[in-house]
Parts: sequence; C-alpha cells; structure tokens
Amino acid sequence: MIRKAVRFIDERTGSASFLGKALRYVFPDHWSFLLGEIALYSFVILVITGVFLTLFFEPSLAQTTYHGSYAPLEGQHVSKAYASAVRLSFDVKAGLLMRQTHHWAALVFVAAIVVHLMRVFFTGGFRKPRDLNYYIGLTMLTLALVEGFAGYSLADDLLSGMGLAIAYAVALAIPLVGAPLAFLIWGGQFPGSSDFLSRFYIAHVLILPIAIGVLISVHLLLIALPKHTQFRGAGRTEHNVIGTPMWPGYALRAGGLFLATAGVLFALGGLVQINPIWQTGPFEPWLGTNGVQPDWYMGWLIGALRLMPGFEPHVFGYTIFPNPFFGGILLPSIVFGLLYLWPTIERRKTGDHHAHHLLDRPRDNPWRTATGAAVFSFIALIFLAAASDRIFVSFGIPYTGQVWFFRIAVFVVPVIVYRLTKLICEELRDSDAHPLRGSATREVKRQQGGGFTA
Amino acid sequence: MKLRRRGPGDQEASPRPTANAGTELVVAAALAGAALAAVAFVVVYIVSADTQLLGLSLGLALGCLAVAAILAGQRLVPQEHVVEERPQFGDVSEQQQLELELVEPASGISRRKMLLGVGSLAGAAVGVAAVVPLASLGPSPGDEIGSSPWRRGLAVVDEQGRQLGPEDVPIGALVTGFPAGADPRELGSPVVLVRLPQNQLQLPTDRADWAPQGIVAYSKICTHAGCAISLYRYPLYRPTSPGPALVCPCHYSTFDPTRAGKRIFGPAGRSLPQLPLAIDQAGKLVAGGPFSGPVGPAWWGVRRT
Repeated sequence: MIRKAVRFIDERTGSASFLGKALRYVFPDHWSFLLGEIALYSFVILVITGVFLTLFFEPSLAQTTYHGSYAPLEGQHVSKAYASAVRLSFDVKAGLLMRQTHHWAALVFVAAIVVHLMRVFFTGGFRKPRDLNYYIGLTMLTLALVEGFAGYSLADDLLSGMGLAIAYAVALAIPLVGAPLAFLIWGGQFPGSSDFLSRFYIAHVLILPIAIGVLISVHLLLIALPKHTQFRGAGRTEHNVIGTPMWPGYALRAGGLFLATAGVLFALGGLVQINPIWQTGPFEPWLGTNGVQPDWYMGWLIGALRLMPGFEPHVFGYTIFPNPFFGGILLPSIVFGLLYLWPTIERRKTGDHHAHHLLDRPRDNPWRTATGAAVFSFIALIFLAAASDRIFVSFGIPYTGQVWFFRIAVFVVPVIVYRLTKLICEELRDSDAHPLRGSATREVKRQQGGGFTA
Repeated sequence: MKLRRRGPGDQEASPRPTANAGTELVVAAALAGAALAAVAFVVVYIVSADTQLLGLSLGLALGCLAVAAILAGQRLVPQEHVVEERPQFGDVSEQQQLELELVEPASGISRRKMLLGVGSLAGAAVGVAAVVPLASLGPSPGDEIGSSPWRRGLAVVDEQGRQLGPEDVPIGALVTGFPAGADPRELGSPVVLVRLPQNQLQLPTDRADWAPQGIVAYSKICTHAGCAISLYRYPLYRPTSPGPALVCPCHYSTFDPTRAGKRIFGPAGRSLPQLPLAIDQAGKLVAGGPFSGPVGPAWWGVRRT
C-alpha cells in the first residue's frame, strides 16, 4: 500500500527525492523548542472549533426576543448575536464544549506565542539570519492579540461591550486621526452602526485567521531554510545541526504533542467554565458591572489604563492627548517598537553582523538578558495592576494604595531586576554552574607519576 | 564512532532500541484506551450531551493517543541521532549574478530617471485610489461626536420610559435616567441621578440652580474610556469615610458628585458633564438645559468643559 501511494505521488509530482529529504530533516532536541509548536497546535484547534461555532453564531446586532433553555433570560430583548451565542451554549449538543475549548485555545495560543518569544529573545534566536522570521513572529503576536480581542467581543454580552467601549476610547485617543478612525471602524459613534458587528466578525473569522495562517507558513519555511538553531554541545557547530530526524522519531513525538495539546484544551473546554456570557447578560451602553476581567493578554493594557494618572495635556482648553492614549497606544507602541528594533539595537551595540546558528544561554549575554528581564518585570507589574481591584476584594489591600504602589514600582523594580539579573548572569557565566544543579564539571589533574586525581 | 552515509546528512550508527515487549503492550493499552474514550464520547453525545463528560472523554481519548504516540516515538522506533550539514547563505557571486539579471534589461532605456519618477507617481496615485473607498465605512465625526439629545425641558425617564420624579431618587441610591423619546443607546443619553443633602453640595455659583432638592445629574458615560459609571460610593459613617463618589468599574475613575463631577482619583482627564435639572409643573424631573460639556471619552481637540 505504501509502495502504491509513493508511486502515485511521485509519478504525478516527481517529489519522491524531495519528500525523502524532508523526512530526514533534523530537529535538535530541547524542550524549549516545543513552545512554538504548542502555539501552532492551538491554532489548529482554534480553526477546527471556530468553524463549528460559525455554523451557529449569527453576527447581528438586530434585536430579538430570547427563547431557549436558559430560563433567566427567557423573553428578554437581546441582540441576535447574544441570543445565538447563548443558544449555542445551551441548546446545541457539544456547543458549549466547542465554545469553551475555542476560548481556552485562544488563551493558550497567545500564551504559547509569548513564552516562545521569550525563549527566542533570551537565547538570541532572533539574530541573523532569523531576524526576518523574528519580525514575522512579532507580527503574528500582534495579530493574535487583535484576533483574540475581536473574538470575545462578538458575543455582545456585557463583558464584550465594556471591552469594546474601552477599545473605542483608545482608538479615539490616537492624536489627530483618532476620531475619524474610530468612526470608520464603528461606522459612527460608539456603540456604532448595525454594520459594526458583522465587520468585526469578518475580521475575526476571515481576514485575521488567513493573515495568521499565511504568516505561519512563511514562519515555518523560514525556519526550515537555514535549518533549526541549536544549543552548544558536543559536536555542534555553526555549520551543522544535530538531532532527531523528522521520520519516525520526531514525527511521532510532535504528533503526540499535538494530541496532548488538543486533549488538554478539550478537557479544559469541557471541565472548566470560561466566559459565562449568560451570567453577565446582554450589553447596553448604560450598563456596567464591577469585577469583570478581560482575557489575560489584555491585562497589561487594562493595567496601564488604570495606573496612568488623570493627566490630559491641553492647550487653550482643548485636549491634545486624551488619557487612554498613554496606556492604550503609547505603551504597546513602545513595547512592540522595542521588540521590533531589538535585533538592530543589539547589532549596533555589539557590532556583530555575523550569522548565528548556535544559541546563547541567557547567561552568555548578561546585558541582553538583564534588559529583557527588566522589561518583562515592567510589563508583569502593569499586568498585576490590572488585578488590583480583585486583590482588594480578596485581600482587603486598599485600591488607591495599590495604584500608588504600582505607579512607583513599575519604575523602581525594573532597575533592581536589571542589576540583579546582570549580576547573576555574570556570576553564572564565569563559574559555568547550572543555576539549579550547580557545577557539572570537576577539575581533573594528571599526577607527576601518572594517574589522575579528581 | 562509526558513520554511515544516508540521505542528505551524516548519521551516527543508531542503536536500535532493544525490542521492548513491555512498551509495546503499554502503547497498545493506550491506543485501546483512546478507542474506549472515543466511544464513550459518542455515547455521551447521543445520550445526554453533558458538557463535562464530553470534555472529559474527548480529552482522555486525545490524551491516550498522545501517550501512545510519544511512547512509540521514544521507545519503539529507532532512536537516531543525525548530524546534518547546514546550508550557508550569502554567496557573493550568486548575489552579483542576480543583481545583474535584475538590472541588465533596463540598460537600454535612456530616460530611466524620468520613467522611474512618473512610475512612482502613478503607483502612489493608484494606491490612494484603491484605499479611498474605505471612507464609505463610516461618517465623519462632524457634530455627532460628543453630542447629546438633552435639551431644556426634556423629561427624564427610566429604562421603561416612565417619567422620573424627585421621589424616585432617594439619598444613597444611583438612578439611571434617559431623555424622553431619544435613543437610549446614544452615548449622550444616559445620566446618573443622585440625591445629596443640600448642605453638602458645592456646585459653582453659575450651577447653583441645577440641583433641585439636592438631586444632581451627570453623564453616565465615563470621560476616560466610555464605560458606564455604575458604582456609587455613599458613605454611611461620616466623617471617617471619604465623601460620596461616582466610580467607573473599568479603570476606577472617581468623580465627586458634590463638586460638579470633578475627578478626584483615577485616570479620567475631564470632569463628568453635568446636566442641569429642573422640576416641571407636574412635579417631575426635566432637563434645565444641555450638558455642561461634550459627552464620552476624549479625542484630539475636545473642549475640556
């Protein structure tokens, strides 16, 4: 049977030799190389569950009366989008499983991308010739954030409406072009024209997934062309790559990782409730509720909006920079700008224009690792600040006190983190000890009369 | 180390894993478990479609498959450790060849600069023409942005359209009002109404008559990010508690209802626009005029008061 299949393909495409080489493609072994794979597999699950959802969801803001098995909403006037999302959750067999798995997969997708980005950053995997691929990865992260936000904004429940209100305010806050731009996106002033939801829907189910899918293909191609990076080790040089070939060992293990990712996501989707839109209820612009939190990857932006003091530069009584500009536009622009510019910054600083295929350990480049850790601590603190209202509810620490603490900490802590990380890296680099296992090497001396002492 | 040639790369002689009957059994058991869990999924789907059981059975099926695949990959198939040459990029002579191929055809053209200039112009113009239809997406902000349907004499109604009177706004309560006959979803529509003891009110002198019986009204849309002001802090234990405040649940911008909606904490940059209130002949609440300023989140050039 295999022989028949091979002959069928080769006689029509002439690709037997190419496929044979592809099966021998070598994957270096390290657990940290699997983080990007988890993102890829989450994307596959997102597409599968997402297609299922589109067969039931109705992206319309037209009003309807809810009739279904969720009794508290019975007879209420809601949008068709909200009604269909609730119906999908309660009256479609396996509908809630698919919806919750889709949501969990989105959270894992972005998380895996972020951790993968950190791996690439701290090991210097972004250096030439992979800087190009690094930019593509960053672009996918940006698209994934927008895609995720668009996704949970579709259900037209209270949480999504509050999120969209903030998104509108952030768009409005862009200097000079904010108001016309926001009016284009929403088709008028918030909550927008009746077209708005179908626009977001097309962006979510067509434009952005296709963009991400195309970029994933290019990303994989640009990994395969120069072949994988690898850590230093016995026999490993800049000119070779050592590891497990695609077939059969790696394919089975990678397939296993895909199945494990899918298994965890479906188990989460079935067992752990996420975004119960029937509890928050439908959105109206005059409604709001306390204690709702966005999806995790929006947390740093919410935190930034909350921490920013009520400062709005103005001249002659007219506002120039609306306040959400600082947390919603300026901060992400600086962070992503820094990430995009990093390969250039590092090249400028070190004068190193060579191609690199051997990865650094984080300690090998204390300056890079310390800078990355400092920026990470800055963002992590802002992210934590987004939960300060929950911290108040859970631990009773006054909200205003927390805000002031975070306002100061976001500038102090990164400096400490930078110093400390640099110190630890230099220490480790010089002693060559493993941070957890200690030094693996011992000095061996040859004695004068032959023999060795350890 | 014995090396043998195979495919594009060099490969160390691979120690074939010792035939491991035990592992084969475990893999088979995992596969059987996957089949069982998948059947369970189908049965649950047909019988009850319980979300938890569906997720559990499907997760188990995929998990068992994962265990089988990973075990097979690590224990059953040959463990190869392969060294492969890495292609080196950046052959200068190839680059020069390509450069030549690209540039050569243009060498016969004498007015290269002119054509390039006109070509760029055409490209830019066609590009702009291609983008312009995007303007159909929405109207220009014009007068709509920050505007409000509130006018002098317009009745204050609740969500059901019933006109509100002063008796509907007791001390300590947060009441939402809308302009009679207008679209409640418009940002300029919803207002919060709160009643405060007259002696606590510190409105500017030109707003002294905006609060009949101590009832003040502010736009319900936060001037920071457009969420609905839906929290009302009304202290029960003066003087140790901080004063009354209207709070937005999104980023906790905090406004003082006794002092014309002035921001006292949080990120908002403008005060809440205040709506002058009056009481009509029927003793019900009506607007005494339009809002004190533009409604909703700020934009470049918004008037601050």
